[in-house]
Amino acid sequence: MFSYYLRLALRSMGRTPVITALMVIAIGLGIGASMTMITVLHVMSGDPLPGRSGTIFYPHLDPLPRDEPGDDAADDFTWPDAQALLEHAPAVHQAAMSGGSLLVRPERKDLPPFYADGRYTTPDFFVMFGVPLLEGSAWSAADEAARARVVVLSRSFADKLFGSAPAVGRTVRFGDTDFRVIGIVSDWQPRPMFYTGYSYSMFSGPDGFFLPLHTAVELKSGVNGDTDCWGNANMDAMHTDPACTWLQVWAELDTPAQVAAYGQFLHDYSADQLKAGRFQRPPAKARLDGLMPWLRAKRLVPEDVQLQLWLALGFLAVCLTNIVCLLLAKFLRRRGEISVRRALGARRRDIFLQFCVEAALIGFSGGLLGLGLAQLGLWAVRQRPDSYAHLASMDVPLLLGTLGLAVGASLLAGIVPAWRASGEAPAAQLKAE
Amino acid sequence: MALHPIITSLRHHKLTSLLLVLQVTLTAAIVCNVASLIATRMENVSVVTGVAESGLSTLSVNDVAPGVEPLSRHTQDLALLQAIPGVQAVAAVRGSLPLNQNDWSSVGCDSKADQERERQLHSDKAPGCSRVSIYHGGPGELTVLGLKLVEGRDFQPSEYVRPGPNDMGPVPAAVISHSLAERLYPGQDALGKDVFVNDKTIPIVGIVETLVRPSLGEPATDGSSMLYPVISDKASVLYLLRSDPKDQARVLRDAQAVLMKAEPQRIIQDAQSYTELRHAYFQRDYTMIGLLLASALGLLTVTVIGIAGLAGFWVQQRTRQIGIRRAVGATRRDILRHFLLENFLIVGTGMVLGLGLAIGLNMLLVRSYGVAPLPVLYLPVTALLLVTLGQLAVLNPALHASRIPPATATRNL
Repeated sequence: MFSYYLRLALRSMGRTPVITALMVIAIGLGIGASMTMITVLHVMSGDPLPGRSGTIFYPHLDPLPRDEPGDDAADDFTWPDAQALLEHAPAVHQAAMSGGSLLVRPERKDLPPFYADGRYTTPDFFVMFGVPLLEGSAWSAADEAARARVVVLSRSFADKLFGSAPAVGRTVRFGDTDFRVIGIVSDWQPRPMFYTGYSYSMFSGPDGFFLPLHTAVELKSGVNGDTDCWGNANMDAMHTDPACTWLQVWAELDTPAQVAAYGQFLHDYSADQLKAGRFQRPPAKARLDGLMPWLRAKRLVPEDVQLQLWLALGFLAVCLTNIVCLLLAKFLRRRGEISVRRALGARRRDIFLQFCVEAALIGFSGGLLGLGLAQLGLWAVRQRPDSYAHLASMDVPLLLGTLGLAVGASLLAGIVPAWRASGEAPAAQLKAE
Repeated sequence: MALHPIITSLRHHKLTSLLLVLQVTLTAAIVCNVASLIATRMENVSVVTGVAESGLSTLSVNDVAPGVEPLSRHTQDLALLQAIPGVQAVAAVRGSLPLNQNDWSSVGCDSKADQERERQLHSDKAPGCSRVSIYHGGPGELTVLGLKLVEGRDFQPSEYVRPGPNDMGPVPAAVISHSLAERLYPGQDALGKDVFVNDKTIPIVGIVETLVRPSLGEPATDGSSMLYPVISDKASVLYLLRSDPKDQARVLRDAQAVLMKAEPQRIIQDAQSYTELRHAYFQRDYTMIGLLLASALGLLTVTVIGIAGLAGFWVQQRTRQIGIRRAVGATRRDILRHFLLENFLIVGTGMVLGLGLAIGLNMLLVRSYGVAPLPVLYLPVTALLLVTLGQLAVLNPALHASRIPPATATRNL
């Protein structure tokens, strides 16, 4: 039956090629525009650590003075607070981190010095986030405490410096200090790069190197991103000043009991600091956010992109209204055909199904066209210099979703016309002719 | 001509007519707002920087070789750059340029008293004070940038200071933008007066017509900037070159070559023309303008297609009735007018609803995205545009209908 309806639909579309083409183009344009923007939104608001994000938490303390303007300027941590958490807070794993750009002086003579972005962090970073280690190992807690000059490189960064030769055991010169390469990780890049903390860099490229946080502090390595100081902070000793926030701390907590215990620790710690006179704001300001709620609160999707999505959806709505109009006109025009089929014994259901198949076929063709247009749109987005642009590409669920949306939308558009058409009395039209 | 027959015939196509009205409503509401969004973005990208943009090039240089003495290195670099054929002027600045987003800003006031008040208020909205971007540059900066002095003079060689490791020390002179002068000393001549920034009191020696800040966004203070006479002694420096626009690409290539030859241990970035810099700053606006234009055109196209397609169908369906009307005395013009008027009724209804929706949508956008309120003029213009497009879309089917001969009425279809 379905193949018969399909044949009928194809024949009917062939009879009115112009109006069919118009409908396919209209739905293609609407689907193409909206899927481009939905894809961009999807890659920007996805889960950066599928399977892990439920157990990753971002603690929050408020070390700001009471009269400092701004309610909650400090999203980051000071060095003493981060150290206190690392040493005493009850987590399965936790790590403090910050980004930095370091001058690299390659051994290769053909490679001029350049700046590279990487991360200063503590050893649990790799286990906690599940960073895939390809060669060697990460540094140990002892290395961290000893401020060892060791570094873990990303695959492509190691390839850039050493070509195909083995990199583990070699030396990299950052600024004026030599670091020994002890491990290679894959070009690990969660989307978004949530752990950078500051929102404008969350869609930038992967980190090229990872080195011990204590080493970076000892070397006073420059910090990327937000650094907030207040009061009489000593900018020369910014790294260790208790009035400068520049670190991010992430913790892995596997059970609700652990989450509660960690939250209690944050509260108690804040209360102690308040008593000691270092904190001025109430301990109730301390809290613990899950990774996904924290990301949502960050509002990573730029307003431009949101506006574009609304525009695209409005566009789709107009295209759909247009298709309902055209389908209505097209279906009702075929009263003669409907009457003949009804007179020959087709039930209302059969007519309804027949027209639904035709609408779905138009939707499918429009979906294919829309898929092509969306790929074109995404290609255009990727050419933009915006930091999120390079992420804009479709995965399989989105591809299927596009076709599904097109077929669904045109079926929705076809229901009313198909219902009206199937309502024709069998003999009325025959008599009129 | 009476509307009665039109309304009667529309009543036969209630659903289709309503859908068409709905489509016009949505189109009108969206197109109206899109046009206003485009206008805002166009205004953004057409900002006047005050810089003579054509022929200006920039190179950001960062020396990484240990033990290089920056001051002598810069002097040597400037001489090399000046020697490149086609280079008309050169200057070294610390890093800020209009629209390069490298903002070094502070608060400037017209008196110590106002400055104190501003500190207590914690706001640069205090009268006599303004947020101000400061451009630190060496000799020749005004000439290379092509800034237009409207009062006073350029810096004298003796005025250039070399900043110490932590603080700049006293600054003997400043050239400020006219817009800043107006904010500090409204209605007075600012030349010869002082500007108070942090702990410094700086005499104003010159006023330039326009000089915008490295980052824009607050219309009131976007033009508030001033120049300090400073010779950069940092390892990183921004060189400015002026040349004939048609030499620019070659000059930039040559400049990179001589700079790298003089010192291989350095990183050169942002070697570009000012036009490229400006374009990069407004990248997002350009993207949005393109997208908005495309979607507005797409919407109008789809709607016109819908109107034309439906009208064509209606004409075919009513061939017999048209024949009868012709047979009982209606002229071809009557038929033509019937369809044009019918279209006008549908589009007009959609239009009125659409303009209402446009205002509602705009209020929503103003609230959640901070876009500019819809100028009232846009409503009649959009209305006129859509009605005209509707009439044009229906013209062909209507003409077709008017050519149906009266004899059709007697034929069996």
